[in-house]
Amino acid sequence: MENFFDLVPLVVLFPLIGLLINLFAGKQLGERGVSIVAVGASAMALLVSIVLWLAQVDTGFGAVVVDAPLLGTWIDIPSAGVEIGWQFRVDTLSVTMMLVVTGVGTLIHLYAVGYMHGDEGFPRFFVYMNLFLVFMLVLVSGNNFLMMFVGWEGVGLCSYLLIGFWFDKPGDEGWKNSDAARKAFIVNRIGDFGLILGVLLTFWTFGTLDYYVPDEEPIPYHHAEHEAEPLFTPDITGVDGAESHAVSGPMGVFNQAETWLTEGDHRVEFGTVSIKFEHMLTVITLLFLLGATGKSAQIPLFIWLPDAMAGPTPVSALIHAATMVTAGVYMMVRANVFYHASETTSFVVTMIGATTALVAGFIALGQWDIKRVLAYSTVSQLGFMVTAVGVGAYTAAMFHLVTHACFKALLFLGSGSVIHGLEHGHHHVAHGEHDHDDGFDPQDMRFMGGLRHKMPLTYWTYLVGTLALAGIIPFAGFWSKDEILVDSLKLGLDDGRLDGYLGFGMLLAAAAFTAFYMWRQVSMVFYGEPRHAAAEHAGESAPVMVWPLMGLAFLSAVIGLINVPSGFPVLGWLYGEHQFANWLEESVTYAHGGEFNWLLATIAVALALAAIYVARTIYNDRAITDLERDPLERLSPRLAQAFALSNAKLYWDEVYFAFVVHPYRRAAYTLAERVDWYWWHDFVHERVIYGTFNRVTRLLTDVLDLKIIDRAFLRSAEAVRVAASRIRRIQTGYVRTYALSVLFGALLVTIIILYPVLRDLLGI
Amino acid sequence: MKLNEWIFVGIFMALAWVFPTIPIVLGKLLGPKRPNPSKQDTYECGVETVGPAWVQFRSQYYIFALVFVIFDVELVFLFPFALAFNRLGLFALFEVTIFIALLLVALFYTWRRGVLEWL
Amino acid sequence: MFEVPSLSDLNIAATLPVMSLVLGTCILLLADLFVPQERKQLTAWLAVAGLGVSLALSLLSLGDVTRFGDGDEAFAGMFVADTFTDAVNVIALVTALLGVMVAYNYLERTGTQRGEYYVLLLFTTAGVMFMGAAGDLVVVFVALELLSIPLYILSGFRRPQEASEESAMKYFLLGAFASGFLVYGIALIYGATGTTGLHDIWIAVDDIVAGDATSQYLLLIGAGLMLVGLGFKVAAVPFHMWTPDVYQGAPTSVVAYMSVAAKVGGFAALLRVLAAGMPHFVLDAGAPAAWQDTVWLVAVLTMLLGNLVAIVQNDLKRLLAYSSIAHAGYVLLAVAAAGSAGLADESAQAVVIYMMAYAFTNVGAFSVVIAVEKDDASNTGVTSMRGLARSQPWLAAAMALFMLSLTGIPLTAGFVGKWFVFKAAISADLFFAVVVGAVTSLISAYYYLRIVWYMYFEEGDGEAVIPWPLAAAISIAAVGTLFLGVMPYLLTDMAREITLAFGG
Repeated sequence: MENFFDLVPLVVLFPLIGLLINLFAGKQLGERGVSIVAVGASAMALLVSIVLWLAQVDTGFGAVVVDAPLLGTWIDIPSAGVEIGWQFRVDTLSVTMMLVVTGVGTLIHLYAVGYMHGDEGFPRFFVYMNLFLVFMLVLVSGNNFLMMFVGWEGVGLCSYLLIGFWFDKPGDEGWKNSDAARKAFIVNRIGDFGLILGVLLTFWTFGTLDYYVPDEEPIPYHHAEHEAEPLFTPDITGVDGAESHAVSGPMGVFNQAETWLTEGDHRVEFGTVSIKFEHMLTVITLLFLLGATGKSAQIPLFIWLPDAMAGPTPVSALIHAATMVTAGVYMMVRANVFYHASETTSFVVTMIGATTALVAGFIALGQWDIKRVLAYSTVSQLGFMVTAVGVGAYTAAMFHLVTHACFKALLFLGSGSVIHGLEHGHHHVAHGEHDHDDGFDPQDMRFMGGLRHKMPLTYWTYLVGTLALAGIIPFAGFWSKDEILVDSLKLGLDDGRLDGYLGFGMLLAAAAFTAFYMWRQVSMVFYGEPRHAAAEHAGESAPVMVWPLMGLAFLSAVIGLINVPSGFPVLGWLYGEHQFANWLEESVTYAHGGEFNWLLATIAVALALAAIYVARTIYNDRAITDLERDPLERLSPRLAQAFALSNAKLYWDEVYFAFVVHPYRRAAYTLAERVDWYWWHDFVHERVIYGTFNRVTRLLTDVLDLKIIDRAFLRSAEAVRVAASRIRRIQTGYVRTYALSVLFGALLVTIIILYPVLRDLLGI
Repeated sequence: MKLNEWIFVGIFMALAWVFPTIPIVLGKLLGPKRPNPSKQDTYECGVETVGPAWVQFRSQYYIFALVFVIFDVELVFLFPFALAFNRLGLFALFEVTIFIALLLVALFYTWRRGVLEWL
Repeated sequence: MFEVPSLSDLNIAATLPVMSLVLGTCILLLADLFVPQERKQLTAWLAVAGLGVSLALSLLSLGDVTRFGDGDEAFAGMFVADTFTDAVNVIALVTALLGVMVAYNYLERTGTQRGEYYVLLLFTTAGVMFMGAAGDLVVVFVALELLSIPLYILSGFRRPQEASEESAMKYFLLGAFASGFLVYGIALIYGATGTTGLHDIWIAVDDIVAGDATSQYLLLIGAGLMLVGLGFKVAAVPFHMWTPDVYQGAPTSVVAYMSVAAKVGGFAALLRVLAAGMPHFVLDAGAPAAWQDTVWLVAVLTMLLGNLVAIVQNDLKRLLAYSSIAHAGYVLLAVAAAGSAGLADESAQAVVIYMMAYAFTNVGAFSVVIAVEKDDASNTGVTSMRGLARSQPWLAAAMALFMLSLTGIPLTAGFVGKWFVFKAAISADLFFAVVVGAVTSLISAYYYLRIVWYMYFEEGDGEAVIPWPLAAAISIAAVGTLFLGVMPYLLTDMAREITLAFGG
């Protein structure tokens, strides 16, 4: 099945074709046609991904580099030795990402057909969605950092377009949407700046950007020293350290880094400065991390993601929960060789991830908007993944990425279904009574309640998603979250690393928060009595929206089984132990399987259940009587304070405004008004440059052209000017002038060309 | 080749100017001048001149003349070819064929445009 | 002594692209006789067919799909068929195709619909192609005449309009005068080397360099006079005087074509004579070729005068005439670069790239002039562009693109051309000339952007006539300009293969 790898360009091509069709013929095709094309394109990409996966399985997980047909080399400067190709890399990591992107993507496309029904921007929406798939797939399938960067920027663009999709809504809402889009774009730019700097430094250091060159095998990881004191008996399969892999010929960045690290003492020449290679790696990885904090919404750049919920819900599910925001995690896992080598960076990564998980989890406790809760939850879960990267648990990071993609997409789509239902209900009510706008907001959970009976299918699937996210055994979230917790604690215990303990502690707290806010949400949305007429008249969504929910619910329930930790009874024997780790190991050098720990698992599940129980006691049986106060606030003044803090998002945006945005505005104003206008435009441009240029041209035209040339060519310049207005008056006499000038020129040329010999001849 | 050898070119050039000048000047100086009307008449092959010589001709006349010149000059090329035909071989035959073919195209064109028909 | 060439020396297959064009032209000439006056447009289609066949053959050869004939030489060395020939062919044929397209309706509406137009245009094209393929000075001369004489006639094609007739007369008289210099130069070169074959000259130059001074003088003057004759064709200063008058008086469709075609031919022949024939003609060992200083001085003069005088022009055709003078200067810079050892091929590539870019851009710019021109040849002032952006947004956008390309703004073809020319010149250490080139390109922005200003920021009726063949020509030119600008590697990769058959 080797040849099947050559199909990989198709995975990008199908969505591209889809978007082109919809772009040019969208209006003619109508909603039905557009849906078929867009969903079909996505499904075809999924099919190709599955074929690639099967081919991988069949060929023993070999990694293959495939040149993109027709495109050839992208950047080729032989003199500088730069050659960056359009190359795809098919390995277990990229195929995993492809499956997630196209799999979840297809279901969400299908859902969006129902969700966007009747929207006037229907074709535009699907063009953007397919465009997103194109870029996302370029991001994950490229074989060099530059292709990743192209995808990275591209998905950022799509995100911008889709967040602001409803920019034309009347009144403030349109402005709010476009502001959110801009915010996302600008904040992301800060991260992108870090990424491109990192890419440039990578190029400077290695002279190439390829992950691995074609036919190059990753140098395997020598585990020996890590196995010295097994507290958890790490089970690391696949590679035995005895083999020495001498690599010759050109190397990609990772093997090069590995070689230099093994050799030691490599220095990177930076002009006159030379930097130790290890330090260089730290700088590069920190810059990459800055990129990841932007795209994957980590502290300090996470502020854009909650606002990004202004986009249509399928967008939130696909881009801002399941795929795009995980690009940062993918990137760091891809660069695991770098991250593993730099302990400093690992520490920073862990701290950022864990803090984000905790902070975002806390903020999620106090939100009223159903999608905002999920948004902060996404930030929090991304924090889990980033922490996993920081503690070296690359498998766990990818595993959580996969499971999270399923259940978070499910939750978002579920919330979309709820919003949809409520909107219809409100529509229904408004029809009856005509007036009375009571500030109803279909996303505000305070207007919901009791939807369990109105929307049973949505309810059940939502419940599955909640349990998966809360980490209740045996749903998907349990397995992945547990593995992160185990790995971070193991880092602390085995290596005595502080970040391991800190990360573990914060994540455990964040996990408790997770269970709490999720159950709070479920209670407020589905239990109790309807608190608004709209909720009373809400109905189940269309089948085309419910089917994807069920598909995702199924995945959320069972996908954890792909990576059952070693030591788990029965299931491990049934499904094999950490299959996913074995699979990922083929391409991620430092991936390793997780170990099951009874104690930890019990504590985590117990904590989650306790949080759910607390949430249930607070929210389930108490009706939310007024719209201002949360039941939590009524328990005690101290809790009320905490809730206020959470509800205000820890004043994060306000701090940014005071310390970043406002000073920046003032500086920009000063620059624009004083420097650019008064000094640059008025003085330098108008007076110095323009004035001088004017004077010089006048000199040239008036003096040189009219006077000197005039006389030199027997006033022929005057003739030229006369000719310009009165061509008819020109007589043969002027031809004589012209002929004279030719003769004159011939003489000039002869003299000049003979000048060297004449000089010698005359002895000058 | 030395520069001195080129001095001959200069000498020849000077002589070329001098030789025609001498008879003209001599003729002016020595010849008797007894003009009469028939001597001052425009020479037209012995035919009596009618009207002034400064008249407009049909442009067809020039075109006809041009065509004649072209085909006349053609002969200059064909003549040496014909003489050395045995030695030149197929190469020259080929080239001459192209040459004649082009001329034939031109001839056909002028014929169709009616240049060859005298009014 | 005299060696009788055999049939294999003929190698006529190597001349297939140009021969097919000549054949096509002859057929067109005869066919035209049978086409009734009211259906003269048929000849345009026949011309397109002829050009298309030749272009296809040239592209096949340039793309190295097939090579016609065996070896580089045909007609016993008189004709050179190397990659440079193919490149010149392609540029000439593309220009000619665009030239036919812009003329298609223009002739009809200005009442100059005569079948000979396309025949003459095709003969000129053949002349250009022969100049690019010249392996002998005699061929250079004959090809130059084949290029020039139809152009003289075409310039006066709008008879009985006086401006047109006058420009033809002027062009003819001065052209004949300049041809005289060319022939004189050929004679002197023959005197110095004893041959007119470029390959033999190339061999002879070594002896001359080592030998006596007299032959060196002769060869120097000969080269200088050839520069005069060819410099006249490409409108280099100080042999440029005819250009504005002829460009203004001649029918615009002719100018659109000849402003590019004559230059392509002239520069191709200059490269053949100077870069391929005598690149190693040095007076002191290690120095660049003896003709280099002269060429770049002429280039500097040309760039300066062309760009400076263009500033004060108020007629579009006249402005573009000075602009075309200025562009001749840039290309001459590349020709001058060929005088440094080992740079012949690089400068030939630069010339090809520049001319390809210039072909699209300049024909495009003149096509826009054709669109706004009235039937009586009026309305070609700069002010005729007023308000074009409002009434004809696409036309204005195309014109703006051409103007940007002529200025040499990045992402347009003009930039790519200038880039390679300057690169070649820098490799040849012609720093002063490059500085002048850069500064004058900056100056040129003034008058090119003035046109853009008129189109976009001034009110006016902006009338234009755009029949479909003209629209197609403008589109092709615009796409070409943009394409070469955005994806220059398509062209430059191909250009990298271009070499002059010998020399270098």
